[in-house]
Amino acid sequence: MDKLINDFSLGLFVWMGVLFVLLVLLLKKFAWGPILEAVNNREEGIKSALASAEEAKKELQNLTADNANLIKEARAERDAMLKDAREIKEKMISEAKDEAKEEATKMIELAKTSIEQEKQSALAHLKKEVGELSITIAQAVVKKELSSQEEQIKLVEGMLKDVTLN
Amino acid sequence: MRSKFSIKSITFLLFLVSFVAVAQHNGQSDAKNLPKEEKDLKTSIKEYIDHHLLDSYDFGLFSYKNDEGKKIHIGAPLPVILWDGGLKVFSSSKFHYGETVAEVDGSYYKMYHNKIYKTDATGAISYDAEHHPTNTKPLDFSITKNVVFIFLVALLMFFMFKKMAKNYKNNPLPKGVGRFLEPIILYIRDDIAIPNIGAKHYKKYMSYLLTVFFFVWIINLLGLTPLGVNVTNNIAVTFVLSLITFLLTTFTANKNYWGHIFWMPGVPKLMRIVLAPIEVLGMFIKPFSLMIRLYANITAGHIVLMSIIGLMFIFKSWIGSPLSFGLAFALSLLELLVAALQAYIFTMLSALYFGSAVEEHDDH
Repeated sequence: MDKLINDFSLGLFVWMGVLFVLLVLLLKKFAWGPILEAVNNREEGIKSALASAEEAKKELQNLTADNANLIKEARAERDAMLKDAREIKEKMISEAKDEAKEEATKMIELAKTSIEQEKQSALAHLKKEVGELSITIAQAVVKKELSSQEEQIKLVEGMLKDVTLN
Repeated sequence: MRSKFSIKSITFLLFLVSFVAVAQHNGQSDAKNLPKEEKDLKTSIKEYIDHHLLDSYDFGLFSYKNDEGKKIHIGAPLPVILWDGGLKVFSSSKFHYGETVAEVDGSYYKMYHNKIYKTDATGAISYDAEHHPTNTKPLDFSITKNVVFIFLVALLMFFMFKKMAKNYKNNPLPKGVGRFLEPIILYIRDDIAIPNIGAKHYKKYMSYLLTVFFFVWIINLLGLTPLGVNVTNNIAVTFVLSLITFLLTTFTANKNYWGHIFWMPGVPKLMRIVLAPIEVLGMFIKPFSLMIRLYANITAGHIVLMSIIGLMFIFKSWIGSPLSFGLAFALSLLELLVAALQAYIFTMLSALYFGSAVEEHDDH
């Protein structure tokens, strides 16, 4: 310890102190600062480049997934449209069928009624014809019959009988 | 471009000097081959090691004795700056390596054991009972060898890292020396600063942690060159570093840190009173241990390495010298590791102390 204190040189201490502190300050300004900053920037650059590459990869993956989804959706939509079209077709056909059936029924009904009417009118006409004919016949018969008294009474009675029966 | 040149020229200088220094060792062994100096060799090696561990006022590369037995020093003098009733600046060549008295503006100074004392014209130094000089010591702010190397390393680091920072402006990837340095910087950030301090607060300490790591590492490595650099085995240097760690810890500490020192939560009241002085002591012991650890490790490394190199000259045999050369080589490799390891430990522990200063927790 004694030797250490004896060896201690104030001049060297002062020079060393001044030179070293100066060296630290100068190097800080001209060397360490720029060097550490450059290295730091480089590291940050590498880090961000890696991150953006990762991002791009993820984006690409997303895009591919989106594409697949899009195709899937398109396919589903097409299927749905086809199904709709089929349904519409079937519905239209069945509706048309129903309508036709109804129309036919209606027409048949109409035909039936008109036939009935025709029949009624034909019957009426026939009845009239028959009536007229029978009157004509009756006239002829009556003309002939009424030539005798007895015959006339017989006729009336017979007619009256017929009437009640009708 | 200019900074590239300066890095290259410094590298070249180191390379050149290492050759010169190797040559020095050879020369020394030749000069001391004489049998009559046998006993002196051990002491001279010991003195050489002691001398190496001290700071010096000149940039000495090596010395030798010429034919007339006169010691010749090869190196450059450095400026001496003293404050002794006024600023006094002169070249250290005036001391002639401690052999003469330097006269400056009517005052006389003498170097004794690598320290400058004020004396009279004859250079008389009086001693106390324990053989310590009693002469007054002027305030000494000399540009010593260590100051020169601190300055050189600071300059090298400044240009090197400034160039590296400039590269990032045009290119996100490091270039040149940055390729080697960036992993280290990232290691300090990701494995020292963030785990110990926390991602929220680490940024404000990064400049200090990075600077202290590279400074200690580079200067430790320089200490392994044959240049004779020994900056981190000066207690003043490690004291500055640990002082900064201490000041940063103390002045950036939150109230949680002070709470843990003066009123430790989660223990009985009586224990808190006992713990407070211990914790206060701990505040100072932590940076103190940093200071001593770095100083002692590097000093020990230098002493052991130089002793083993010195053994080569003592053995002077076909077995001993290669053996100690092998040992010195292995130890040098170990010291290379220690140089980095001590820088790492200093940085790591500093980060740990900063972490304790800004730690936030609600429960305990």
